[in-house]
Amino acid sequence: MYILQHLLLSFLAAAAFGIIFNAPKSSLIQSGFVGMLGWMIYILFTMNGADAVNATLIASFVIAVASQVFAKLYRTPIIIFIVAGIIPLVPGGMAYDAMRNFVENDYNIALALAAKAFLISGAIAMGIVFSEVINQLIRKTAITKKSES
Amino acid sequence: MEKNQVVYDIMEVCLLAGKIMLQSGAETYRVEDTMERIARAFGVREAHCFVTPTGIIFSIESTEPTKTKLVRITERTTDLHKVALVNGVSRRITNGELNIEKAFRALTEVEESQLTYSTIIQILAAAIASGCFLIMFNGSWIDFLPACITGGIGFTSVMYFHRVVPIKFFSEFIGSIIIGILSFLFVNMGIGVELDKIIIGSVMPLVPGLLLTNAVRDLMAGHLVSGISKGAEALLTAFAIGSGIAVVLSFL
Repeated sequence: MYILQHLLLSFLAAAAFGIIFNAPKSSLIQSGFVGMLGWMIYILFTMNGADAVNATLIASFVIAVASQVFAKLYRTPIIIFIVAGIIPLVPGGMAYDAMRNFVENDYNIALALAAKAFLISGAIAMGIVFSEVINQLIRKTAITKKSES
Repeated sequence: MEKNQVVYDIMEVCLLAGKIMLQSGAETYRVEDTMERIARAFGVREAHCFVTPTGIIFSIESTEPTKTKLVRITERTTDLHKVALVNGVSRRITNGELNIEKAFRALTEVEESQLTYSTIIQILAAAIASGCFLIMFNGSWIDFLPACITGGIGFTSVMYFHRVVPIKFFSEFIGSIIIGILSFLFVNMGIGVELDKIIIGSVMPLVPGLLLTNAVRDLMAGHLVSGISKGAEALLTAFAIGSGIAVVLSFL
């Protein structure tokens, strides 16, 4: 039940973000699906005791790969799918907690939380970059194969 | 003389395509790639462009002296539909389906096209997203409606204040202050339960997710100037939201 609820809500949230960013109507379902996929991976990893940073890294990697597949399939810019998928992973809650502790003059906890939020943002970036690198490697090998044959 | 005019027409088409894409929030490398592709499709041997978030410099080398043009970009919004449309037009140009005149007309049509969704639908989407994020961050269903309302109103106020005062930082700051006050009121009246969760959920539609992803992708593609400036913009937005919430929290 818990998982089902998250499935549905993350799909809705990602699709709603597609609307906020004016994504084409035909790509809303796909961007919702990408968001759902990423959030599911994140939730499953954190539920089984993985660190939030690692979970974010894997989730954003999968999001980027799925977006690349969709971008190829539907011949649309990849950014449409990536953005909707990434949004749920953004450490908004942690940044909020950090801010709250700063306001309450609790600098030790605040700095720790801020560092964690920064690491999670870095993990999102790393996940995207990894998938980009792999995509370029695949493309390069495909081109060299074509030119050899 | 005749040939000169053709080169200028090609530049016009390339710059229009680049301008629309940049204003709609495409990545820098996609803008440069599209412009160079269009130029090549029209038979230009060498074209160079330098794209930053605030302007495009584009030059075409030919037998005559090099021609260079500069376009300044002041207003940037997020409209991924236009990015996809320009992408489609450029694909058709490279396939040789459009000549210069037709391409220019197609791009002008794209530029003049209205947003895909009306403002009300966008506000509703922001409201729904806020509610969904509340539950996704382990909030309780009691807070669902308050989060929807604060998220929707927060998004609306950011849009409204941006129209009144075109400084992005200010409108986001005011928007998050309104979100903070509203959530506090909801909790105080007993309609909402967890203040933290409501604020986090309703702030999510303002989060600079697109800027963040674009900044990373630009940096990795080697566009250091645009990558860093987009990262700075994302940081500024995050700072505006954070300080707006902090102002409210410090008065509680």
